[in-house]
Amino acid sequence: MKVTFEINGTAKSVDVEPRTLVVDLIRTKLGMTGTHIGCDTSNCGACTVLLDGRPVKSCTLLAPMLEGKKVTTVEGLAKGGKLDSIQVGFHEEHGLQCGFCTPGMMLVGKALIEANPHPTEDEIRWGISGNICRCTGYMNIVKAIQHAAAANATENTAGVA
Amino acid sequence: MAVETAEATEAARQAMGGIGVSLARKEDARFIHGQGHYVDDVVLPGMLHMVIVRSPHAHARIKGIDSTAAMAIPGVVAVVTGELLAQHKLAWMPTLSGDTQAVLATDKVRFQGQEVACVIAETKYIAEDAAALVSVDYEPLQAITSPQQAIAPGAIVIRDEKEGQTDNKIYHWEAGDKDATDAAFARAAKVVSLETFYPRCHPAPLETCGCVADLDPVTGNATIYMTSQAPHAHRTLFAIVAGLPEEKIRIISPDLGGGFGNKVPIYPGYVVATAASLLIGRPVKWIEDRTDNLISTGFARDYYMDGSVAIDENGKFIGLRVNLLSDNGAFFADAQPSKFKAGLFHIVTGSYDIPAAHIVANGAYTNKAPGGVAYRCSFRVTEASYFIERLVESAAVELGQDPVTIRLNNFIQPEAFPYQSASGFEYDSGDYPRAMQVALDMLGYDELRKEQAEKRAKGELMGIGVASFTEVVGAGKGKDYDIAGLRMFDSAELRVHPTGKAILKLGVKSQGQGHETTFAQIVAEELGIPASDVEVREGDTDNTPFGLGTYASRSTPVGGAATAMVSRKLRDKGKLIAAHLFEADVADIEFARGKYNVKGSPDNVKTIQDIAFAAYTNLPDGLEAGLEGVTYYDPPNMTYPFGTYLVVVDIDKGTGQVKVRRVVAVDDCGVRINPMIVEGQIHGGLTEGFAIAFMELITFDDEGNCIGSNFMDYLIPTAWETPRFELGQTVTPSPHHPIGAKGIGESATVGSPAAFVNAVIDALSHLGITNIDMPLTSDKVWAALRSKGVTE
Repeated sequence: MKVTFEINGTAKSVDVEPRTLVVDLIRTKLGMTGTHIGCDTSNCGACTVLLDGRPVKSCTLLAPMLEGKKVTTVEGLAKGGKLDSIQVGFHEEHGLQCGFCTPGMMLVGKALIEANPHPTEDEIRWGISGNICRCTGYMNIVKAIQHAAAANATENTAGVA
Repeated sequence: MAVETAEATEAARQAMGGIGVSLARKEDARFIHGQGHYVDDVVLPGMLHMVIVRSPHAHARIKGIDSTAAMAIPGVVAVVTGELLAQHKLAWMPTLSGDTQAVLATDKVRFQGQEVACVIAETKYIAEDAAALVSVDYEPLQAITSPQQAIAPGAIVIRDEKEGQTDNKIYHWEAGDKDATDAAFARAAKVVSLETFYPRCHPAPLETCGCVADLDPVTGNATIYMTSQAPHAHRTLFAIVAGLPEEKIRIISPDLGGGFGNKVPIYPGYVVATAASLLIGRPVKWIEDRTDNLISTGFARDYYMDGSVAIDENGKFIGLRVNLLSDNGAFFADAQPSKFKAGLFHIVTGSYDIPAAHIVANGAYTNKAPGGVAYRCSFRVTEASYFIERLVESAAVELGQDPVTIRLNNFIQPEAFPYQSASGFEYDSGDYPRAMQVALDMLGYDELRKEQAEKRAKGELMGIGVASFTEVVGAGKGKDYDIAGLRMFDSAELRVHPTGKAILKLGVKSQGQGHETTFAQIVAEELGIPASDVEVREGDTDNTPFGLGTYASRSTPVGGAATAMVSRKLRDKGKLIAAHLFEADVADIEFARGKYNVKGSPDNVKTIQDIAFAAYTNLPDGLEAGLEGVTYYDPPNMTYPFGTYLVVVDIDKGTGQVKVRRVVAVDDCGVRINPMIVEGQIHGGLTEGFAIAFMELITFDDEGNCIGSNFMDYLIPTAWETPRFELGQTVTPSPHHPIGAKGIGESATVGSPAAFVNAVIDALSHLGITNIDMPLTSDKVWAALRSKGVTE
């Protein structure tokens, strides 16, 4: 069947078996391999993408569910060669090691601070608790998200001024 | 030599990105853009997909396999069975511990999840559909699910295909001195014993294992993209197992999504995908799903340990006895140096000056997955460290001593290094009392003990756990330590281009440890080329020198040493070129931080970049052109990182729930190359230690069904459960390592489980609770409390 949606700002219309998982559609059909698969039970969050701005685990969605939706993957974070603040935060605070959970973590973190620009540490920890990282122990991921939140706040203040 | 002020030295080091600088990671760029390149991202023209049909039984005879229905599905290319592999002599393969392992089962299945057949199809979805239709006729047999059952007389023989194997025993191994230990126990004033079980867990890297095998039928070239922590060793083993010419095999281990030991062994899936690609003439991709990964690949631990410490009238430890029974699963496939059947478990004397020790280890086959990898530790050091730290806790309780006091009273003293341990290790350096003191100060130990006493008086449960671990990492030396005969050296090849920029190629392989940054920093420090100008390459056997790979915290101790040594080689060659350029005697040339000068003329310098250019453009007569070299480094000894971890817990009497209040971790890994990366490693290790202590468990029911076969049953901590960590450090350089570094990747996983468990026991020991086996889930703690009559 044909499914039409937008991914990282580009309109797509693809022929796909209805049973195709969105994560497989993104990785295999679209060749965007930044979205990862880490489990089969929607526990790990490595496949997280934003669907109309909300983080979802793309292994729990079937391709037809994308119809008319807007998808953001890690490949859509940097714009015009400029890194998103969440990407800067992860780099500056050593919020990644093997990099496998990183795309999902960054997208969850980005959605989190967009909904709650000044999260507490507990709010961040709760907010990312649908995503597993095996390497970092989360301390620096929390810092990375705080870093991005602080950068966004500064930028917004600068904008107002 | 030109005189530098301390400030100038530090400024130069920062600018260069040398040792001690928390340089942001060079490798981050691709990962934060989603451009990491993992095995599952490899797509080749004509590539097929493979799915493995696995046994639902733990122990059963195979009476027949019918793949007719599977083959009838459009898009299915082949169903590979053990029978087919047997025709090519590939149904069995050697393991890293000198045993054999079924690639695809022919006679029996011996654990749930064992590989029985492989379906190869045009897409993964088709392969999954077809795999469900492969019909295997099994005759179930009794399953053996513990080593105690396995070695009991009359137990059904799991490995009945092995000639001469009439029971389920695998090995018997001893270390230390029995007579001296018996004598110590004979004169002991007190003997304290502990029996404990370190249960089976799994490294579970977020990326599962897999490969893309691409065998070109025309050229015979075999390119295998593979989740490999040891690509060179794997190439050689592939050559031996599959009979492929080694020069035609190229293993590429691209970005790895974590490893933690899970990606050290060779798994049947790699072998079948390779054989299938050869037989079909198209590339074949095999990627595990999470259940495949948890039920069939390298597990960890599963050690039953009991032992005693003999203590004299002054409270000094004078002897240690440990008996170990290991559950190795259906095939003895432990990844460990070949001379040591229980890995480096005999480091079990730990941080203590115990003059006599005797370790007896026995291994048994069970109907469980094989593997026996060291989940973030150096060959069973974790089990050893856990045992001795738990035993010392028991001794403190029985002697009525503070757990800190008993440790300080028995530590190997700083002046005793190099220290010869009773079980045969030569500890390189250490200062255990200092690490302990730093940790106590950070925690505010005395205050917390007062708080604990007050709480206890009110009936509240609070505990402080202490663990002072010593690791042994960084194998070899090669003469004593080998993997399947391959000596455990490692390598670095450094090539400085005419413009003074360098490529460093390594025999080790990062799985997230940040090698591209850390190793560039070693070159920066030694050769004065900024870390930003050093590109680090790993993981491609065609383009890196032979090395044994990354596990057992050996990258920095061995590969890092090789990097320092090859840098020094080039530095020395640079002196010859500098002498030529200065028209001076080479004996008069000095080098500091990337600059050469003639003695007495510190201001007239040639930079390493000048020298590199001259190496290709303006050489002295008779000197070979270029500025490159390779070093194979065989370490003279292993390194011995250590530290003290302190944990504070509060326990809810009503629910048994343990709340970790504080974790203080003081690590001494010698010289820290990139402190930021080191701390990241410690955070990760502490989290995995916490996970093992409280959550992660692979267990089995009586029929051998694996409980823990997905992330709903095998519990990995999220940010919500994971405690906050407070890190401290001491620095005791390794005297034999060129830059004094010891390795840090695994210390925290080795040291922390005992600290967590000791904290819980410390909260409960006054009630008469002296041991609870991990994981310390609420129900176990609750049951222990109830057994002592404690209610709300």
